[in-house]
Order: sequence, then C-alpha cells, then structure tokens
Amino acid sequence: MGAGPKPASSFLQRLKGGDEVAYLITCIAASTILALTALIVFELYHNSAASRGKFGFAFLFSSTWDPVNDQYGALPFIYGTVVTSAVALLIGIPLGVGAAIFLAEMAPPKVSEALTFMIELLAAVPSVIFGLLGIFVLVPILKWLEPAIRAVLGWTPLFSGPFYGVSLFAAGVVMSVMIIPFIISISREVILAVPNDQREAALALGATRWESTWDVVLPNAFRGIMGSVFLALARALGETMAVTMVVGNDPKIKASLFAPGYSIAAVIANEFTEATGEMYTSALIELGLVLFALTVVINGGARLLVAAGERNKT
Amino acid sequence: MQAPSRQTSADKQSASKVEDMDSVIPESHAAGSSQAQSGSGAVKLSATNLNFFYAKFQALHGISMKILANQVTAFIGPSGCGKSTFLRTLNRMNETIKSSRVEGEILLDGEDIFTQEVSAVRRRVGMVFQRSNPFPKSIFDNIAYGPRINGSPSRSELRDKVEQSLRRAALWDEVKDKLNQSAYGLSGGQQQRLCIARALAVDPEVLLLDEPCSALDPIATAKIEDLIFQLKSSCTLVIVTHSMQQAARVADNTGFFLLGKLIEFDSTAVIFKTPNKKETEDYVTGRFG
Repeated sequence: MGAGPKPASSFLQRLKGGDEVAYLITCIAASTILALTALIVFELYHNSAASRGKFGFAFLFSSTWDPVNDQYGALPFIYGTVVTSAVALLIGIPLGVGAAIFLAEMAPPKVSEALTFMIELLAAVPSVIFGLLGIFVLVPILKWLEPAIRAVLGWTPLFSGPFYGVSLFAAGVVMSVMIIPFIISISREVILAVPNDQREAALALGATRWESTWDVVLPNAFRGIMGSVFLALARALGETMAVTMVVGNDPKIKASLFAPGYSIAAVIANEFTEATGEMYTSALIELGLVLFALTVVINGGARLLVAAGERNKT
Repeated sequence: MQAPSRQTSADKQSASKVEDMDSVIPESHAAGSSQAQSGSGAVKLSATNLNFFYAKFQALHGISMKILANQVTAFIGPSGCGKSTFLRTLNRMNETIKSSRVEGEILLDGEDIFTQEVSAVRRRVGMVFQRSNPFPKSIFDNIAYGPRINGSPSRSELRDKVEQSLRRAALWDEVKDKLNQSAYGLSGGQQQRLCIARALAVDPEVLLLDEPCSALDPIATAKIEDLIFQLKSSCTLVIVTHSMQQAARVADNTGFFLLGKLIEFDSTAVIFKTPNKKETEDYVTGRFG
C-alpha cells in the first residue's frame, strides 16, 4: 500500500465509491439556488423594461405615485420600507437578544426549553394573523399609549402630528413582534454553543455570572447574534401582509412615525391585481427589483460593518 | 472497570518497577523526610470529610486533606476517580454544574470557603484548565481582564500588571511585541502559559491546575513544569495530572484517588517509592490503569 498509484479505477468503480455522486448531487442543489436567484433578478429586470425606460433613475427619487396619469416614483415606498424595518429592529434587537440571554444563561433548562418551544411556534404564525392582531389589539393599545409617548418623545419630529392608529410606527411594532422569534431562537442557540470553558475561564478569575455572560459569552456569540439580526432584517424588509394591514397605505413621506405610510411589498400586494396598463404593471415590477436591491445593499452593508468591527476588535 | 486488579503474585516484579521510578524523583523530594501531614509548613487549604454528588451519583467520598502553603500538591489516579472533581470544589467551580451538591468543609486559611462570596473565593484560588481557553481578545486584554473586573486600575497599573504576569508565566519575551494581537495566534503551549498568566494577574494565593499539559507536546510541557517550580515561592499550587512522571517531577506531595476516595496522601517520595497502600503501589507501578 502506498508504493505506487492504485490501479486506475474505472468510472463505474469511482461512482460506487460515492464521492463523485455526492459531489454531483450537492453541486446541483447549490446551483439550483443560484439559478433561482438569477432567474428572479432577470425576470424583474426584464419585465420592468417599460418603466425603467420611461423614468430611468428618477424612479428612485420621485415621490409621485399617480396611476391615473401613469406617473410613478419609488421613494415613499423605499422610505416606508426602511423606516418600518428600522423601527422593528430597534424594538426587536434589545428584546430578542435580552430574551435569548435569559433563556440561554439564566433560566432553568426546563423553563428555557418550554419557552423556546413556544417562541418557535410564534415564528410559525402566518403574517396575516399578526396583521389582525395589529389592527384589533396593537392599534388600540398604541392609541391608549399615545399621550404617554407624546409626553416623553413628542418634542422630536418623529412623534408629531395627528395619530390615527394605522401608521409607520404601528407597522414597525407589529413587525418587531414577528422578527423577535427569529432573533431569540437563533441567538439562544449561538449563546448555548459558546464553549463552557470560556465561562469557566471568566468565573475562575472572580467574575460574576453576569460579568462572564456580558464580557465573555456575548463577544463569543457576537457573530451568530448578528446573523440572527440579518435574518430578521431580511424578513422585515420583505414583510407584506401584516404591514399592509396596519401601515395605512398612504404613499407620502412624513417625518412623523405617527403618520401613515406605505412599503414596497405592501404596494405590490395591494395594487398588482388591479394594475391596468403596461406601465402600471411594469412600475410595480420595478418596485420589486428595487426591494431586491435594497435587501442586498442593506444586508451586504451590515455584514461589511460587522466584519470591519471584528477586525478592529482583535 | 476501574477496580484495582490485586495480583499479589507479582510483588517482586513491582518492587523492581518502584525502583525504576527513583530516577525521575528529584533528590530534594527524596531527601526530605516530610510526611505531608506532619506540618512542615502552614496549611493553606484543608478539606474535611468532603462528599460531592452529581445529582444522585456520589463522586467524592469523605475526602480529608491538608494542602500546605508554597508547595506543589499533585493528584493522580485513573480517569473518573474524582481528582478533577475534588480540584474543582477547591474554588467552588463545581457549583456551576446544575443539581450538584457538596457536603463537608473546606477551609482556606482557616475560613470556610462556602460561607464566603463565591467570586472572592475564586479570586484567591485561581484555576488553569485542561484545554487552554483564552478569550477571543488580544493578548493584553486577556491578561487585563481579571484586574479589570476586580477593580479599576489605571492604564499604567494595568500595563505593569500585564507585563509582570506575562513575565511570571515566562511568556513576556515571546509576546511583548504583539500584545495587541489576538490570543488565538499563539501556539498551544503559549496559549496555556497565557492562561496561567491570566490567572496570575489577579494575584491568587492558590493556583489549581487541571491537567494543564495534557494537550501539549513534551517541550511545552517542560516549560510549564519549570514554571510550576518557579511559582512555588509566591503561590500554593495544586495540579491534577494523568502523568505519574509529571507528578513525580513537580510535586512535593501527592494524593492518589480511586473511585472517589482518597486512597493515600503523602510526600511524593513516599507515594512513588514506599507506598503504604496496595492500591497505590499497583497504580504507580503500572500494574493497573
């Protein structure tokens, strides 16, 4: 053994070994995903030709949305998508990561298992249910809370103007409820996966449980926690049903979170079936392309930021 | 599985093996008549009738032992004999294991460690683990972590402390130019000495070492053993080891554990040359293991 090369095995023999077959099958699986993504981009690009041809890059910066006169611009929708996602993340990250820390590090294992099961169920609830919850529960609660929020934050333009319930703010809050299960579930797994010898190293130096969690466990889990945030962000950017039910569906750009707004996914869902005329349809498809690009840019940018941060740290 | 095989017919053979061990025991140990319990130094840690349970399984049975200050005490025994468990009760590290329970008393300088603040105990009784476990931080921040959480030293104090700790761990010359680089860039042996330096940075009175060399090559092992020898003057050391040669090389006193019991505890020379218990002799002569 090992003296010379093995006698040249026939193609059939190599097939039997399984390596070639496994390579082929897994490679096909991976290529399919890439091909699907490429197809989506191509279709969106191809079918939005009319709109792209007419409006060019001005489509991105125009806030006119006038189907009657066939004038279309994406800015209010981009604004609504980004703002609702930002609100969702601002609420979702601290709550989600905090809950994950509790479940992974503080709670007794049985409590943790039971709660995690329920949280994962929450992730499986259809978004239309969250939309209903938003309309019938959250909006009344927000109306009730409005004076308090105004009293504390009313001086900022973010919480000025009249409040009718359905608003960018309401959409962001509903969305935060929807993304929190992702953040909790994944962050908890990542925190649990931090090797125990890291905790012990900190404890052996006289650290308290909390110091070992904050100083040592979380930095170890940072990359994974950010992964959960990216997944949540991707879901938030593309969320359609729940948003359209509570966002107000008004294509205007207002600084106040209390004002109604619109998001890209919501406008496509609402107007696609009633879009008459080539230009209207084409503009909605271009909005889809914009959403795709927005997701790529925001996710990619966040990833670059995290990578740069990690490089600076060590 | 770990029951001692009592083959009394091989006594003569074992006697000759015992003499083989002589060569690795330093003269200083052999010469010192010191019975471990005879009180040739101050008692740093003393355990009395210590029982330890993992849920219902009793891992330690009535361990009593006095560990002397500024000496190296080694625990030997087959896997699963309780030596690591006992070591980890000495700084209450076992309390992180859920549904574990400890009975009995451990005194540190005459004070019960179970009535004190747990982080205060661990500050005084430091620990180095089997696998080196540096934090994902720079070399400097690894060492500085202990001083930082145990007070708020100024930058210059911190720098001095880091240098002093790295020097004590014989690592300074190798890392002084890359203190801001990640600790993961160091070799296995360097990482383990980094962990020793990190433990030394909080000035522990006792340093517990849990098989610190089991993942290291012979050269890195020799460096750690040299280090243990040097640290004796400033600190009390307790080491768990699988290597009997290592125990013979570094330890003043050695305890032999079997099935959760402390079979014999005496000066290293006695344990390896003229053990009083049959089980100890069987183990140190390699008759079972």
